[in-house]
Amino acid sequence: MYRNLSIHQKHIVWAWAFLAVPILFYVVIRFYPTANAMIISFQDWNLLGDRVWTGLENYDKLWNDPVFWKVFRNTFIYLLLGTPVSLVVSFIIAFHLDRLRFMHGFIRMLYFLPFMTSAVAMAWVWRWFYQPVPIGLFNNFLATVGIPQIPFLRSTSLALPAILAPAVWAGLGFQVIIFMAGLRAIPRSYYEAARIDGVSGWTILWEITIPLLKPTIVFIVVFSSIGFLRIFDHVYNMTTTDPGGPLNATKPLVLMIYQTAFTDFNMGYAAAQTVVLFLILLIVSLVQLRLFRDR
Amino acid sequence: MLVKQVRIWLAGAAALVALTIGGAKAEVEIEYWQYFFEARVTAMDQLIENFEAANPDIKVTMNHFPYADYRTKVAAAIPAGEGPDVVQLFYGWLNDYVAAELIQPLPSDAFPPAMVEEEFFPMVAAMRAGDSYWALPTAVRSLALFYNERLFEEAGIEGPPETLDEMIETAKMLTKVDDAGNLTQVGITAGMSAQDHHWFREVLVRQFGGEPYLDDYRTVNYNSEAGMRAAEFYTGLASEHKVTAFGFMDEPQAAFKAGRAGMHIDGSFRIGSLNKTRGLKWGVTELPANADGMRSNYSSYWVNAITTKADGEKFDAAVKFMAYVTSDEAMQIWLDVVGELPAKPSVGLTDSNSMNPVFGPFIRGLAYANTTKFANESAQRQLLIDMVQRIDLEGQSVADSIAIAAEAEQALLDEYYQ
Repeated sequence: MYRNLSIHQKHIVWAWAFLAVPILFYVVIRFYPTANAMIISFQDWNLLGDRVWTGLENYDKLWNDPVFWKVFRNTFIYLLLGTPVSLVVSFIIAFHLDRLRFMHGFIRMLYFLPFMTSAVAMAWVWRWFYQPVPIGLFNNFLATVGIPQIPFLRSTSLALPAILAPAVWAGLGFQVIIFMAGLRAIPRSYYEAARIDGVSGWTILWEITIPLLKPTIVFIVVFSSIGFLRIFDHVYNMTTTDPGGPLNATKPLVLMIYQTAFTDFNMGYAAAQTVVLFLILLIVSLVQLRLFRDR
Repeated sequence: MLVKQVRIWLAGAAALVALTIGGAKAEVEIEYWQYFFEARVTAMDQLIENFEAANPDIKVTMNHFPYADYRTKVAAAIPAGEGPDVVQLFYGWLNDYVAAELIQPLPSDAFPPAMVEEEFFPMVAAMRAGDSYWALPTAVRSLALFYNERLFEEAGIEGPPETLDEMIETAKMLTKVDDAGNLTQVGITAGMSAQDHHWFREVLVRQFGGEPYLDDYRTVNYNSEAGMRAAEFYTGLASEHKVTAFGFMDEPQAAFKAGRAGMHIDGSFRIGSLNKTRGLKWGVTELPANADGMRSNYSSYWVNAITTKADGEKFDAAVKFMAYVTSDEAMQIWLDVVGELPAKPSVGLTDSNSMNPVFGPFIRGLAYANTTKFANESAQRQLLIDMVQRIDLEGQSVADSIAIAAEAEQALLDEYYQ
């Protein structure tokens, strides 16, 4: 049969033969569990007993759960604080680093280093930095110069930014590299032309650099937004004794899902939360792609 | 020559096959599961060896998993018809396993309830349902007050406190602050995320004259005068007496290990890691009594249970194995190897065990210990963590905060037992 096919058809057969492997892989480890999670979100299941259909009960519970709304808010604070801050900071670093010749490679490596470090190790080091006297680095310093201690992780208002800071720092290296690649891709001739016309540095930045960086910016915004919406390891490791605490002040949605599933063993409720997270990620990504689309 | 050799080989192989088949016929094999903790695995290896020597027709294979995966593994394996015949579970999980029909009751002829009641420490009664027991422990845990002998000596303190009032006075002598008034050493550690939520529930509330739960732990009862005074006492350690701070050095046990805390309430399972801490000289005593001399304690334990997978001769073998791992001999081995307390007074209250300077205070605590029947221990703990934080961080009144905690916990229990 195969022998009777034309060369074009044979190409197609082979293409499908190779494509079948990743497709099968995705169906088994991605699509099947995803579909299953959606089904479980309409059921009551503690992993031990039978699955029982409960209709929209899990979603109803979610809607009326004050912790969920708190967590929902936290998740968006991580996003709305983390994404712009890391975008601006990484752009400023990349912009200046791009012009720097002295020890360029070394400094670039320093910025990239946190990205290569394990998030768990980094979170624990920062957790100790933030401790009160006598072990916390920051508070020990404050105490020696006579300034009152800052409660950092033991404050309902400061804990979230305190956790966000190392998370932003960790992602910075990657964004700087992407920005620098974007900057390098802008043709030199534009800048030369601008300089001949005697345009100011600000105008060059606003009229040439930033507009031409748009695809880079879109990529970084979408990429880091998804990252902040899924933030988990920094929060969990910096607050393991009271995950997402104090008083749920730092709990993101992913951590709530994790706890519901693997400490409460309430799989149905956790699946419902997962579906909500999925929808949030989908909507945020679509909105961003639309906003940044070239007209 | 060659032919002869082959013949001998064949004969040997045939004999071997015959032996294995014969052996397999006479032998029942059962599987035992527990989570991985080196000392527990070593102890169980010893128990299995002794058991197999006494019962040559039964073979026990042990499987162990990291603690983090254990619960999920057990939960996935048994319903699939795989997994253990005898399984070790935390007592607090038992309800879920019973409800899902994953374990079966112990036969009342081998384990008559009257006998169990007489032989075991009273808190094991939590495992009884009607005329039979669902599971039985080899070892139990309780709480006690650890203290740093070096710091006691340095502060000129004679001995550990006997009552709660003495405890506060002792803690004051052990507390150190720097010039700016920041705590650098606490008199006693505090943190609901560690063992303090047990201390509050089963010890302090009772010592202030209350009963933490009613109706077999289905009704929350600590939102009372006694509960309020207990919560005031507990949060007062930081706010009124200033002998501690919540979150000091991140974790209570870390502060104690680092020699930055004079006293620390913790479970018997902490003994091993404290022994490994270099430079730490510690002692341990019973939890302080109240002014009337009334003491209480909290005990928890891991139980062994027979799963629904075991039937026929495997069930009989599992029953025999259960009888051995809950025997006096097994409990003594467990105490010597793991350092966990025997579940029977006949082993625990021997002179050498109950007067042991390390295990003694814990074992004596078992006589008056209570065991909370949790629906979801981590969630119930979280409610008490939050209760203290509302008072400590947000300045909420004790009365309001305890009312919120009690209401939330009642909702949780109602949902579980509905």
